[in-house]
Amino acid sequence: MSNTEVSNKSHDQYYVPHLAKWPIVGSIGMTLAAVGAATFMNSETASTPVMMYLGFAVLIFMMFGWFAEVIKESEGNLYNPQVDTSFRMGMVWFIFSEVMFFACFFGALWYVRNLSVPWLGGEGVGLMTNTELWSGYEGVWPTNGPGDVGGKFELIDPYHLPLVNTILLMASSITLTIAHHALVDGARKKVIGWLIATVLLGAIFLFYQVEEYIEAYQHLDLTLESGIYGSTFFMLTGFHGMHVTLGAIMLTVITIRLMRGHFKPESHFGFEAVAWYWHFVDVVWLGLFIFVYII
Amino acid sequence: MSHADTHDHDHDHKPKGFVKRWLMTTNHKDIGTLYLIFAFAMFILGGALAMIIRLELFQPGLQFVQPDFFNQLTTMHALIMVFGAVMPAFVGFANWMIPIMIGAPDMALPRMNNWSFWILPFAFTMLVSTFFMDGGAPAAGWTLYPPLVLQGGKNLAFAVFAIHMLGISSIMGAINVIATIMNMRAPNMGYLKMPLFVWTWLITAFLLIAVMPVFAGAVTMLLTDHYFGTTFFNAAGGGDPVLFQHIFWFFGHPEVYIMILPSFGIISEILPTFSRKPLFGYVSMVYATAAIAFLSFIVWAHHMFSVGMPFGGELYFMYATMLISIPTGVKVFNWVSTMWKGAMTFETPMLWSIAFVILFTIGGFSGLMMAIAPVDFQYHDTYFIVAHFHYVLVTGAVFAIIAGVYYWIPKWTGNMYSERLGKIHFWWSTISVNVLFFPQHFLGLAGMPRRIPDYSTQFAEFNMWSSIGGFAFGLAQVFFIWIVYRTIKGKGTTKATDRVWEGAKGLEWFIPSPAPHHTFQDGEPVKDEQLAHVSSH
Ligand code: HEM
Ligand SMILES: [Cu+2]
Repeated sequence: MSNTEVSNKSHDQYYVPHLAKWPIVGSIGMTLAAVGAATFMNSETASTPVMMYLGFAVLIFMMFGWFAEVIKESEGNLYNPQVDTSFRMGMVWFIFSEVMFFACFFGALWYVRNLSVPWLGGEGVGLMTNTELWSGYEGVWPTNGPGDVGGKFELIDPYHLPLVNTILLMASSITLTIAHHALVDGARKKVIGWLIATVLLGAIFLFYQVEEYIEAYQHLDLTLESGIYGSTFFMLTGFHGMHVTLGAIMLTVITIRLMRGHFKPESHFGFEAVAWYWHFVDVVWLGLFIFVYII
Repeated sequence: MSHADTHDHDHDHKPKGFVKRWLMTTNHKDIGTLYLIFAFAMFILGGALAMIIRLELFQPGLQFVQPDFFNQLTTMHALIMVFGAVMPAFVGFANWMIPIMIGAPDMALPRMNNWSFWILPFAFTMLVSTFFMDGGAPAAGWTLYPPLVLQGGKNLAFAVFAIHMLGISSIMGAINVIATIMNMRAPNMGYLKMPLFVWTWLITAFLLIAVMPVFAGAVTMLLTDHYFGTTFFNAAGGGDPVLFQHIFWFFGHPEVYIMILPSFGIISEILPTFSRKPLFGYVSMVYATAAIAFLSFIVWAHHMFSVGMPFGGELYFMYATMLISIPTGVKVFNWVSTMWKGAMTFETPMLWSIAFVILFTIGGFSGLMMAIAPVDFQYHDTYFIVAHFHYVLVTGAVFAIIAGVYYWIPKWTGNMYSERLGKIHFWWSTISVNVLFFPQHFLGLAGMPRRIPDYSTQFAEFNMWSSIGGFAFGLAQVFFIWIVYRTIKGKGTTKATDRVWEGAKGLEWFIPSPAPHHTFQDGEPVKDEQLAHVSSH
């Protein structure tokens, strides 16, 4: 609908779409998901968060519709290089906002490990706290706190599944880069092959991550409720896992688009944006591997 | 609007029908209007809550509301004013003015622009609806400190998700501003030719992208602590409630600059116009803004002096905070120098701007007092803090917003507002706002705590004055609605010229009034002689 209204625009003008029907759908989806989730969290009896699922369904529907519109315009050559630059900036700063989101949780991890846990153990300003409230607490990492919240737990060995997962994600960044070079060279079959390899590596990563969680919950007694260790461990790896999932879905969409003949060797912003995102998720994992698993 | 058809040539058609025109719009001017109307509505809603607060505080003792509801009022008043009124108002200005000021056809990502706005009404409906839930609205203050905030009713999840949505909206809005300014400037519009309003918004947008996600993370931790058994802020599990304060203020201090930097921009547009002189020290203004933004990231714990930080932390945050007054001082001196020996006239926007310079500076000075860690032990959590932040936020941010509305409304609507009514509004507001907030300094120094519905009888007199000032100020803003309404409708007004103000420079004054639906679509280079600043770089 909006396409027809603007089709008379010449190519060298900045493309300004005239009507946007998807944002309001997105807002409705978002609100349904939020209200549904909040109601679900507050309910005292077991229930299925139907409204939340409905909200997510609407959001997915919105994304399909919105991106379909953008793709159609892109393939219809409505975007000049200046529009392309806007998209690039949008993606870069979006990723930066994600970096800050993770920085928040890494910062919390740093703070508890270096400040609040030692204080609870009696260091520095924490002397009185320790003797009066938590006497006998050592304050060494890993810990579930002086109240032994969640009970005894064991750690995940970083050199088993996490190391494998590190290798998998690093490899996926390489396969993705090979795919990108192939795209620039115009070798479409090759691009699709390497992209599928990338998605598979991401999927195996996620599979192992789930394995690891099952192991933690069933054998190590390490849960989200295992004090501050469990909190930081599961929130950091959990949010990362959600981002890998999202990235893998986006890569899949890109692969399908390539199969349908989208993208050109000299212009393929959609591909690059997803690649940036994937590399970002990769770097976050490196941070996790070092600061959560190893150290 | 009677003039709707006068500029109706091919490029200029507005979508027909309410849904297409407003719900599905991608036009930066329409979206700017939506933002401004929304902000105004929230300003009135937040103001209504403030009226109840001042009513309760009119006399010692409990007369109208219960303590818990009082706490809900202060919390929601602040959340609504910060996230619903001040921030969206500035985004409204950004939408309307930035493309016009840099010669761009629209914002860089117009569809996303629509979404940034249309998240807000939903998020606020959710947030405000908590008033009607079991246990009422959040009541731990806008700073949402645990453990108190975790002890409320069902509101937490709703408040947290509303904040997530507001964050998404702000981040998308900020991305749009950055992409627009960096990518959409017309040929010959170099960075150091940009109006200061554009510069301040560029820097504000970076602040937003850097800290809104951190805030999202902080409230997410509240959510999981409350509903999923994590212990981020629970000492028994090895966490620390003070951790929340650190994260919150890492967001919160830049956030207060998010609310003041665009005001600096607006004031820096208005003062030169009515002083008929270029802005004094344009380049130093840009650098000072950047310096303030940078410093805002490394001073957060001045909100936490009395929380029990290590001594080195107290010292560091004290000195770092004081550093901010240097670039802020640069700005104030530049504004004064701009007016110095200017051929000044005192139209309504100028009056608000001069009041801004004086009253904001008072707020800066009380800030400087509180920055001294040992004395902040006395001031902290008293009405002195309340006085401080209302001087910087009401006579600062809100005055700048009102100044900006008077300054640009002729360009937006094509009609001059009534100068006589505008001046009445100004004097009425300026006198009453000082009656409202100035006594609060003394109340705070004498030890009256903030966020308490009752107080010792020795505070009675100043509280009564403060409430009287509050009601008068509130009423003045209802009067403002009427002035704006009359201007939009063209009642008792004259038609605005294109230039509007005799001394005005900048691209916005070289397009018709009201601004046509689409502007700067031809990509023509801008002419230096139309610009206010042409620094050679
Ligand atoms: C020279 C500049 C400034 C300095 C030195 C300064 C310093 C401070 C300090 C030390 C506090 C904490 C006091 C306490 O709680 O004990 C504070 C609180 C506050 N300031 Fe400022 N400030 C300055 C400018 C501003 C500006 C420009 C704004 C906003 C536009 C602002 C908004 C606030 C707010 C909202 C609070 C209270 C937050 C709360 O506890 O709810 N300040 N300021
Ligand atoms: Cu601060």
